[in-house]
Amino acid sequence: MRPVSYARATDTAAAIAYVGGDPHAEFIAGGTNVVDLMKDDVARPSTLVDITRLPLGGITPSATGIRIGALARMSEVADHPAMQANFPAVVQALNESASPQLRNMATIGGNVMQRTRCTYFRDVSQPCNKRAPGAGCAAIGGVNRMHSVIGTSPHCICAHASDLAVALVMAGATIHARGAGGERRIPIEALYLLPGDTPQRETVLERGELIEAIELPASTTARRSVYLKVRDRRQYEFALVSVAAGLDIAGGTIRAARVALGGVAPKPWRAHEVEAQLIGKPANAQTYAAAAAYASTGMRGFGENDFKVPLTGRAVARALAMAEAVV
Amino acid sequence: MFGKFSRRRFFVRAALPTVAATLGVPNLFPAAEAAAISRLQPSGPHPVPVTLTVNGTAHALMLEPRVTLLDALRERLRLYGTKKGCDQGTCGACTVLVDGTRIDSCLSLAIMNEGKSITTVEGLASGETLHPMQAAFLEHDGFQCGYCTPGQICSAVGLLNEKRPTDEASVRVWMSGNICRCGAYPNIVAAVRSAAGAAS
Repeated sequence: MRPVSYARATDTAAAIAYVGGDPHAEFIAGGTNVVDLMKDDVARPSTLVDITRLPLGGITPSATGIRIGALARMSEVADHPAMQANFPAVVQALNESASPQLRNMATIGGNVMQRTRCTYFRDVSQPCNKRAPGAGCAAIGGVNRMHSVIGTSPHCICAHASDLAVALVMAGATIHARGAGGERRIPIEALYLLPGDTPQRETVLERGELIEAIELPASTTARRSVYLKVRDRRQYEFALVSVAAGLDIAGGTIRAARVALGGVAPKPWRAHEVEAQLIGKPANAQTYAAAAAYASTGMRGFGENDFKVPLTGRAVARALAMAEAVV
Repeated sequence: MFGKFSRRRFFVRAALPTVAATLGVPNLFPAAEAAAISRLQPSGPHPVPVTLTVNGTAHALMLEPRVTLLDALRERLRLYGTKKGCDQGTCGACTVLVDGTRIDSCLSLAIMNEGKSITTVEGLASGETLHPMQAAFLEHDGFQCGYCTPGQICSAVGLLNEKRPTDEASVRVWMSGNICRCGAYPNIVAAVRSAAGAAS
C-alpha cells in the first residue's frame, strides 16, 4: 500500500471542505472498500479524512419513515426492530451482504458508494476505462460471468455490487448529501450514473460532497417486501442476480408494486415495465410469471453472462410470490 | 511538527476563495469554513503516535497511518495469534474484537482504532483458564491445521456477544465470515453450539 496521510475530522464542514479542496483526498469510515482498493493500488489517496467521529450515526424512526445516519453500521441497521417491521427487503439485503465481521465495520453511506467488483477494475495490470479512462474494457470479450446485461456501454459493462442499494431503490429512499454549497436531497435512483462515455463517473455527487443520512419513507410496498439473492454459494458472495420486490395487495388485487434488480446493471436497476404489468392484476402466480417476462426487456449478455437474462425473469417471478407471502 | 506537506496544504486552501472570486464563480469557502479548514491538519504519511489498547494494555506506538490493525498487532506488538490469510476481507482469519464487536482487522487502519478496546485471541483466557469458547474448540476438535482457528474463536465469541440464534443452520450462517480450508466446519459448529449452551 502506498503511504497516506490521515486526518481525524471532528467537524463535518471542515471534512467536506478539505476533501472538496483536495483532489487526492478521500473520506474513510468503515474502510472495508477503500482500504481494500488501496491494497490493490486501485485507490491512491494522498490523504484519508476519517469521518467516523462525526455525529452522523443513529437510526431514527418517525411517523413517516426512518432516517438512517450515514455512519450507522450495516449490522446496526439490520438489527433495528423498526427496520425489521417496516423494511424487510432492506434488512434481508443487509444480512445477505458480505460477512458478519464486514457488516459490523461497513457503514450505510459507504455501502451505497462502494466500487464495482469487476476483476479488471481491481487488477491494475489490465485495461479498464473506469480506472484509466481511454484504456479500454477488458471485460468485453473477457471473463465476464459476473458482469452486466443491461445499462452497459461500449466502454464499461461492470455490475454494481451493493445489495443494499437495490433494496433502497425498491423502497424509494432519499439520499441526504452535504457539500460546500449546502445540503441537497437526491432520490437514490438519481444518485447513480450509467457508464456511457464516462465510466469513471459513478454518481452525481461532487468532490467533497458527503452522504449524511438516508431516509426511507414508510409504505405498504416496502413493508410487504423481500430481497432474493441468487449466487454461487449460500453466504459471503456477490449476487449473480438479485431482486427486491414489494407489493401492495388489497382484496387479492395488486394496487402498487416496486421491483428493483441487482447484479445485472452498472447501477441498481428499477424494473418499471414489470411494475406496470402488475398494477390492477390479481395477486397470483400467473400474474407474476407474465409480468416477470418483461424483466429481461433490453437485456443482452456478453458471452459468459448470457445466463443472467433468463435467470432474471425467473428470479423476479419467485420474488413476487415471496413478497405476496409476507404477512 | 508540521512538515512542508501540511503548510503547503493550508496555503493552497487559503488561496482558493480568491481564485474562485477572480474567476467569477460562487465562493465555495466562506470565511467561517476557511477557519474550519485550517483546523483539519493531516498527520503522516511518516510514522505518527498511535495508542492502541490491546487485551487491556495500552501501547504507545509510532505507526504510519497506512498500517492496518492486523499488521500493527502482528508486526509491532508481536501478537501472532491473529492470522493474515487473504488480507482482503474474504477469509476471516484476522478476526478480532473491537469494543466486543468482531471485525476483520486486515481492513481496519490501526490509527482509526485509537480509544477502543481491542481483544485478540491472546486476550480471551483468564490466566491459565481458557475462555469457554477455546475450551469448546478443544473438546470438539474444532480445527485441523489451526490457521483459521484464532479468527474462528474470536468470531464465535462475537456471535455470542451479538446474541445470534444458535441452532445449527444459524451458526453456519453467522459463522460464514470465517473460511476453514481444511473443512472442519461440522466440529466448529458443534464447538460454537456447545459454548453457547454453556454460556446460557
